[in-house]
Amino acid sequence: MRDPTPAKSITLNPILALCAAYLALVLFIAVLAPWISPYAAGGLEEQRLLENPSWTHWMGTDGLGRDLLTRIFYGARVSITVGLGTSLIALVIGTAYGLVAGFKGGNWDHFMMRIVDIFYGLPDMLIFILLSLVFGRNIGGLLVALALVSWVRFARIARGQVLQIKELLFVEAAGALGASRARILLRHILPNLVAPLIVTLTFSIPSAILAESTLSFIGIGINDPYSNWGTSWGTLAQDGYRAMRSHPHVIAFPAAAIFLTILAFNTLGNGVRDLLDPKQR
Amino acid sequence: MISLLLKRISHGLLVLWVVATLTFLLLRLAPGGPFDSERKLPPEVIANLEAKYHLDEPVWQQYLRYLSAIARGDFGPSYKYLDRGVSEIIADTLPTSAVLGGLALLFALLIAFPAGLLAAYFRNSAIDRLCMFVATLGISLPNFLLGAFLIWLVALQLGWLQVGRWDDGLSAILPTITLGAAPAAYLAALLRSTLIETLGEDFVRTARAKGLQESIVLVKHALCHSLIPVLTVMGPLAAALLTGSFVVEYVFAIPGMGRFFITAVTDRDYPLIMGVTLVYTALLVCTNLLVDVLYGYVDPRIRVQ
Repeated sequence: MRDPTPAKSITLNPILALCAAYLALVLFIAVLAPWISPYAAGGLEEQRLLENPSWTHWMGTDGLGRDLLTRIFYGARVSITVGLGTSLIALVIGTAYGLVAGFKGGNWDHFMMRIVDIFYGLPDMLIFILLSLVFGRNIGGLLVALALVSWVRFARIARGQVLQIKELLFVEAAGALGASRARILLRHILPNLVAPLIVTLTFSIPSAILAESTLSFIGIGINDPYSNWGTSWGTLAQDGYRAMRSHPHVIAFPAAAIFLTILAFNTLGNGVRDLLDPKQR
Repeated sequence: MISLLLKRISHGLLVLWVVATLTFLLLRLAPGGPFDSERKLPPEVIANLEAKYHLDEPVWQQYLRYLSAIARGDFGPSYKYLDRGVSEIIADTLPTSAVLGGLALLFALLIAFPAGLLAAYFRNSAIDRLCMFVATLGISLPNFLLGAFLIWLVALQLGWLQVGRWDDGLSAILPTITLGAAPAAYLAALLRSTLIETLGEDFVRTARAKGLQESIVLVKHALCHSLIPVLTVMGPLAAALLTGSFVVEYVFAIPGMGRFFITAVTDRDYPLIMGVTLVYTALLVCTNLLVDVLYGYVDPRIRVQ
């Protein structure tokens, strides 16, 4: 069943390649922000407030005279950490939960999925805002809160797949050969879940980035301009929004960063889904 | 059908109870209180305030008081707005949010249905690609950025509309587009993929073979059959409109419930946060109930089961 074409067609599709290259660049910037930024994080220049883009400040400066390019570079750390971090935490928790629910079946399944249903029906943002009151407005609290919101998606997908797969003949065969339940679950069922979980993961990253930047924009997200974590793109957009009438460049650059990153992840997600599940095309 | 409905209603009540309890517990766990301010209040004042709002009682007693009060529809006093109770604030602001949400939903449906139909019918054509390209852009563009962009373009650059007011039909145009764009894009993409599947079905071929007009085949046979997935996402869609309204009301300074929710969060006005959360949950539970009833109409098989 291992078909070599998927990897090949990713490189062949120019749009997907472009998205992947862009995301690799963002990742690169996020990791290396302190070394490649043209100015120091939080460095103020009182004489250069709200300057338009120029050769010295490629993206101009903000209302406190900070170099916008530097702030965008540091902001990439927040977005990438939140996107990847929450999605990976949610992937692990959700998959484990869904595996157990689907494999146990019966009343266990019913009870466990009832909990998932309650979470699933509520707006992410609402739960998230409530959780952020408890965990505080730092990146750790944000990761926990966002992961607590998004694990249900993985749980539903995993459980649905397990229900189908555990009826298949090869699972029965493994059981007949004396494989333990843990072995069946991990060696025979889990590998079959990889494709749908990857698709869910690719879509879960941009929605985490979107949620984080939205919260920051309305003023209840991360705001920690002096640490190495930098300021969220959403907060930068909020700063720019206030100065939009006279200096639209201050919102334009963070806006472009947020939009392009989410767009690239969504496009890549569609591509991955088409590759892994050709029926959907 | 009746038993299904009863089951759904009891599930809805369970959801409401869980949310009420969780919110209560979460807000008790939250660090910092509503009466923390820059200047420290004298301990006597704090004690008086806590006695007034029953914060000096044991937690379980507060919880029971709170549950019995919301069962009577009373969400208690607001910590921030001393002249108005939470129920009053919600009654004042909910209609505004409901109008905005309704308009946005209408906008989304009006865009999504023609776009989805066209894209599916002319599959893989230039029209299809254009529709789906715009849909991907719409899904990826956060509503706060779309709102800011529309304000910049239409109000500041072109000067066609004024923003920051909520009094006539014109002032609703930009917020409606901002809130409705993502649902429109999402619905259009969903409708397209469902329709493409339906158009390949045997009954569509039969309808065409009978010599029916293409428009009738498309609308009566294919579109009606494709409504079920659209109905299924109505619940999440209502949720998206609700949370979208936080942002849109914030960006456009609309005096709706979402804006009050955001300020309540920054003010740590706990009763207002709990009240609005419960109203949102109740709205969602009702939407899901309505969707379940509508299922029965759209798909007679469900009614029989």
